[in-house]
Amino acid sequence: MTTFLLRRILQLVPVLFGVSIAVFAMIHAIPGDPAEMVAGIDATPHDVEIVRQRLGLDQPLLQQYLIFVGNALTGDFGTSFRTGLPVSEEIMPRFYNTMVLSVAALIISVVVGFVSGVVSAVWKFSIFDNVSLLVSLIGLSMPPFFLGLVLLMVFSVDLGWFPMSGMGDWRHLVLPAVTLGLPSGAVVARMTRSSLIDVLDQDYIRTARAKGLPEYTVVNSHAVRNALIPVITIVGLQMGFLLGGAVVCESVFAWPGIGRLTVQAILARDFPVIQASVLLLAVIFVVVNFLTDLLYGVFDPRIKVQ
Amino acid sequence: MSNAVLSAAKAKPAARPLSPRMASWRRTFRQLRRSRLAIPAGCVLLVFVLVALFAPLIATHDPFKNDLANALLTPSSAHWMGTDELGRDLFSRIVHGARLSFMAGIASVAISMLIGVPLGMISGYVGGRVDAVIMRVMDVILAFPGVLLAIAIISIAGATFTNAVVGVAVNTVPIFARVARGSTLSVKEEAYIEACRALGTSDFRIIWRHILPNISASLSVLATLRVGISILVVASLSFLGLGAQAPLPEWGAMLSNGRTYLLIAPHLVLFPGVAIIVLVLAINLFQDGLRLALDPKSANR
Repeated sequence: MTTFLLRRILQLVPVLFGVSIAVFAMIHAIPGDPAEMVAGIDATPHDVEIVRQRLGLDQPLLQQYLIFVGNALTGDFGTSFRTGLPVSEEIMPRFYNTMVLSVAALIISVVVGFVSGVVSAVWKFSIFDNVSLLVSLIGLSMPPFFLGLVLLMVFSVDLGWFPMSGMGDWRHLVLPAVTLGLPSGAVVARMTRSSLIDVLDQDYIRTARAKGLPEYTVVNSHAVRNALIPVITIVGLQMGFLLGGAVVCESVFAWPGIGRLTVQAILARDFPVIQASVLLLAVIFVVVNFLTDLLYGVFDPRIKVQ
Repeated sequence: MSNAVLSAAKAKPAARPLSPRMASWRRTFRQLRRSRLAIPAGCVLLVFVLVALFAPLIATHDPFKNDLANALLTPSSAHWMGTDELGRDLFSRIVHGARLSFMAGIASVAISMLIGVPLGMISGYVGGRVDAVIMRVMDVILAFPGVLLAIAIISIAGATFTNAVVGVAVNTVPIFARVARGSTLSVKEEAYIEACRALGTSDFRIIWRHILPNISASLSVLATLRVGISILVVASLSFLGLGAQAPLPEWGAMLSNGRTYLLIAPHLVLFPGVAIIVLVLAINLFQDGLRLALDPKSANR
């Protein structure tokens, strides 16, 4: 286990290094002089020079990169061009909101996906199975924001059950979480179904049935547990997918999360905020994938041997 | 399995002699018919392709012409899908939008294949340090979840339709590189590649003439899938204001625009939304049939 853990951590290093370089390079990839852009259109050459020094853009590139990484590790991403506040102060509450949304969406995705996947597998080719296949297909062919708009139209505008936008009590959370969670629930459902069908074909399931166990016990204690292993990977991947999808979903419901902040920052060309949120989301994504791998190792002892 | 081989061997002398290429097309098509939804989906797809190709002939109005006196009309015989807030005919805009969606899907997949497939094949064929470097770079690209990398690229290059397409293409490169690498690794071990090497065929020629044709089936299945996904992602970016800008009739941008009028004119959101769903659903169903047709092993499952 220790070797497996160490090897995976060692694989993590070059990826995180590459991500930090890519995010650092962003500010230098902007066409033109970043200092001029930050200083604004009517800045004098003197102002531009001051900005250049303040941003450290007059330093050698390597030194700039080291400063950037050092600051990032201590949570210092500079100040927002737009509000003048420290970026970390802007991002942290937004990040918390995004986590609330993503976790709620993940719960919906796993519960809906898992339950309907198990039902589909146990009653293969039943009406429920076919309907769930059709719904999954449509769900995966639908732009994520369109589902949000349709839910808004039905449940906010027509029925008035849930508020249209913003953040407040739990009712604000329902529509965005469903919008974000259902499409990934479709993926979890398909995965659970095929994994469980594979397991139900195994010899030990036939043995369990042959020794007269009730079907419920066979499915519940023999099949589902083994079918879970590949599903865990998919769920882990879905967490990352939800983080990315949150960017779009938050804009539909004006959810004050990090995704909406990023989009606003791009439209305002607020680079410190863009850099910080892109870096944060990418690092979390990498770490979640890493944890998924570990979990996979815990659940399936065969993996560790390889 | 053995039965299939036997019956194929028996059927062979009876069949008209065909060039190998024609025969493989025929086989693919016959397999395609087995997946019940693939052919209807292919027909729907064909309709969308024709609409995109002949958009100016099909559109009933100029998609850019404002007519403020007739703004926000509901569907009627004059305006089949109603009009938007500037009085532009929605049907004509959706018809022209089909062009943009196909362009987005096909161009981004073509770009990412042009970069990703050679990288993956070189990575798999050469191996060693080259492989390690290329795949680590791909890992870095994959470290950005979902649309995030495209968003980062757009934040630098500016919010335009072209940049959104390029951003999505960069996002997709590692996916093609990984599949191309994996397939190359398995094809590389085949006896005929070894035979080529023994004959002194150059590495370039082996990759181009012998490996590429053998991995093209799995690549084309993946490409079809990615066209659908790219269409969705570019529409999402346009919806966020980071892709196609007004007055382009891009479906995602139209949805974003229509959102303001959700209460009084829901058709502004419904029609472009349904257009995207039907197109992407058709692509996905067709892709599924194609996958089964080109990889009969998975069809038996």
